[in-house]
Amino acid sequence: MNMSMSMAEESFDRARAGELIAAKAGLDGALLPILHDLQKAFDHVPDAALPLIAEALNLSLADVRGVVSFYHDFKREPSGRHVLKICRAESCQAMGVEALVTHLAKAHQLTLGDTSKDGALTIEAVYCLGHCACSPAALFDNEPIGRLSPAMLDELVLQAGETSA
Amino acid sequence: MSIRIYVPRDSSALALGAEPVAKAIAQEAQARGLDVTILRNGTRGMVWLEPLVEVETPLGRVGYGPVTTRDVVGLFDAGFLQGADHALHQGIVDEIDWMRAQQRITFARTGVIDPLSIADYRAHGGFDALVKALTMPSTQIVDEVSASGLRGRGGAGFPTGIKWCTAAQVQAEQKYIVCNADEGDSGTFADRMLMEGDPFALIEGMIIAGLAIGATKGFIYIRSEYPHACHVIERALRLAQRAGYLGERIMGSAQSFSIEMRMGAGAYICGEETSLLESLEGKRGQVRAKPPLPAIAGLFGKPTIINNVLTLATVPWIITHGAAAYAHLGSGRSRGTQPFQIAGNVKRGGLMELPFGVSLREIIETYGSGTASGRPLRAVQVGGPLGAYFPAHLLETPLDYESMSAAGGLLGHGGIVLFDDSVDLARQARFAMEFCAIESCGKCTPCRIGSTRGVELIDKISANQEREGNVTVLKDLCETMTEASLCALGGLTPLPVMSALTHFPEDFAPPATAGLAAQ
Ligand SMILES: Cc1cc2nc3c(=O)[nH]c(=O)nc-3n(C[C@H](O)[C@H](O)[C@H](O)COP(=O)(O)O)c2cc1C
Ligand code: SF4
Ligand code: FES
Repeated sequence: MNMSMSMAEESFDRARAGELIAAKAGLDGALLPILHDLQKAFDHVPDAALPLIAEALNLSLADVRGVVSFYHDFKREPSGRHVLKICRAESCQAMGVEALVTHLAKAHQLTLGDTSKDGALTIEAVYCLGHCACSPAALFDNEPIGRLSPAMLDELVLQAGETSA
Repeated sequence: MSIRIYVPRDSSALALGAEPVAKAIAQEAQARGLDVTILRNGTRGMVWLEPLVEVETPLGRVGYGPVTTRDVVGLFDAGFLQGADHALHQGIVDEIDWMRAQQRITFARTGVIDPLSIADYRAHGGFDALVKALTMPSTQIVDEVSASGLRGRGGAGFPTGIKWCTAAQVQAEQKYIVCNADEGDSGTFADRMLMEGDPFALIEGMIIAGLAIGATKGFIYIRSEYPHACHVIERALRLAQRAGYLGERIMGSAQSFSIEMRMGAGAYICGEETSLLESLEGKRGQVRAKPPLPAIAGLFGKPTIINNVLTLATVPWIITHGAAAYAHLGSGRSRGTQPFQIAGNVKRGGLMELPFGVSLREIIETYGSGTASGRPLRAVQVGGPLGAYFPAHLLETPLDYESMSAAGGLLGHGGIVLFDDSVDLARQARFAMEFCAIESCGKCTPCRIGSTRGVELIDKISANQEREGNVTVLKDLCETMTEASLCALGGLTPLPVMSALTHFPEDFAPPATAGLAAQ
C-alpha cells in the first residue's frame, strides 16, 4: 500500500495536472469537472494536485479537501488495474447479491472496498446501476453486467488477473 | 434493398450481451452476402427479452429475443430477415402483450428510433413542440403545463406548472433550467432508459422550459453510475448544437439556449434538489434549508427550475398534443401516465408506461408474471430506498400519489421491487437505516446520528436483547427522524423501517428456539 502511494506521488505529473485544471477552471462550478478529469487521468485525485486546484479556483485548501472527501467517486489512491463495482441495493439484494459477496470472500479472498494482492482487481460496492430489471448487476471497468452469477464472478476475477487494464 | 435490423444499445441490453450479438449478426450477414443495416436503438423496456433483436418487415417490426450469439446462425437459417418463425420469435413487437396495453407518451420513441439521429427524431414528431413553443407567449407555455396536471416525476410529485410559474414571475438577468438525472433509487431506471433511448426529448423539454421562464442556460446532472447515459447525452448535445437546436438563435428564432452536462460523483443525496445545486456549484452535496425556493434563488443564487428527466421529457408531448389530452389520462389528482419499473425478484423485469391508477397487483401479475425464483411473493418495495414494503394484502392499492400515501407508502419515481419468501424484513429494515447512514449529508442530527442508532437498535432486536424496549425506542427514533430531519432522506427512511415492522413483525420476533429457551 505504502509502496503504491509513494510511487503515485513520484509519478505525479504536475504539468499534466496543471493542464487539466486550466482546461476547466473557467466553467461555472468547475470543481467537480476538474476532480473527475484528475480522477480519470491519474486513477485517483493526487494530494499534490489539491493546492493547484485551490489556487486556480480561488478556494481554500480546506474547501477543496472537503469536497474531495464528500464524494465516493474521488479516490485518495489508485485502484487496481481493473475495477468491479457490485450493486448492493435492494433490487440486487432481492436477487442474491449478498451470496455473491460471500462467494468473492470465500473463493477469492476478495472483500468489498479491497484490491487483490497482485493489484489486478479492486472490488467496490455501489448502490444501483439502473440495471435492476436484470439484477444482480455490476460494472466491470465501466461495462455493465446483468444477472451476475458466481461463475461469472470467477470468470471476471480470472480475466482481471490475466490482462492489464 | 437493405434490410433494417435493430439491436439495442441500451445499457441493460448491453449488460445482457447485446454488443456481441450485434457483431455476430453483422458478421453472419456479411458471410452470407446479405445486405443488412444494423441500427442501434434504445430498449422497449422489456428487459426480460433483451437482447431483443428486431427486423423491419412489410408487416411491422418483428422481434426475436432474448438472443445470444449462439442463436445467430440459427436465426439466419430460419429466415428471421423475413420475419420467419423461430423459437425466439416474439411476433410484431408493438403487438406483444407487454407493449399492447401501454400508453406510451414519455416513452413513445424510446426503443423505436435511433437515439442519435435527429432525422429519426423529427420523423417521429420530435421538435414539433419546440417549433410550436417558439410561437407561443411564455405565459401560455406555463399555462399549458399547468393545465396538463403534470407533476414532478422525481418523487415528490410537486405540480410542475406551479414551479414554472414561480420561476417565470421572478425578474432576473440569469435563470437556469436544471435536469435532475441523478436517479439513485434502487428499482428505477426510467431516466436512464429515456436518456439512452430518446435523448432529444429531454433536450427539447429543457429548451421549452427555458422559453417558459426566460432561462438561457441549462444543466443536466447525471449520476456517474450511468456512464452510457452520460455518453449518449454528450453526443446528443453536440448534435443538437450543430443542427441549430441549441446555442444562439435556436431554429432561426431570436431565442438562445445552451445545455451543459455535468456528472455526479457517487452521492445519493445529490438527487435531492438543493444538494444537487450545491454539487453543481462545486461544493459538498449538503442540503440547503428552504426557503428560499430554488425557483426564486437556486443555482448560483439565481431563479432555477429543477425537474426530473421524465418531467421534462414529457413536456414536448403536452405542448404538441395539448394539455387536455394529457390530463384526460390518470386518476384523481395524478394526471397522465407514469413509467413504472418492475425489478428485483421478478420473472419479467422492465418498464411499462401506464396511466396512474393501475393496481400494484396488475403490474406484478400481468407484467412481472411473478417472481424469478418461482417462490411465493412476500414483499414489494415501492418507490426506492425510502419507499414502504408492502405485504400481499395491500397489493390492490392503486398506483397514484394519493392512494400510495394513504396506504402508508409513496410512489416515488415509480420503481417496484419484488422479494420472494426468502426475504428477511428485519434485514431490509436494517439496510434502510444503514443506507441512510452511508448517504447522509451530515447536516442534521436525526439523520446523521439517528440512522446509525437505528442500525444498532435493529441489531439488538434481532439478537433478542431487551426486545420490547428496543422496539419502542426504534419507533420513537423513527418518529424523531420523520419530524426533525431537514430533508426526505432522514425524513422518509422510517417508511421502509416502520412498514417492515408493521407488516412483517414475525421477522423481528425472536427465533423460535430462542423463544422456547426463554419460556
Ligand atoms: C434523498 C433524496 C433523493 C432524491 N433523488 C432524486 C433523484 O435521483 N432524481 C430526481 O429527479 N429527484 C430526486 N429527488 C427529488 C428532488 O429533490 C426534487 O423533488 C425533484 O428533482 C424535482 O423535480 P420534479 O418536480 O420534476 O420531480 C430526491 C429527493 C431526496 C430527498
Ligand atoms: S436529513 Fe440527512 S441528508 Fe437530509 S439534510 Fe439532514 S443530514 Fe442531510
Ligand atoms: S438495485 Fe442493483 S442495479 Fe438497481
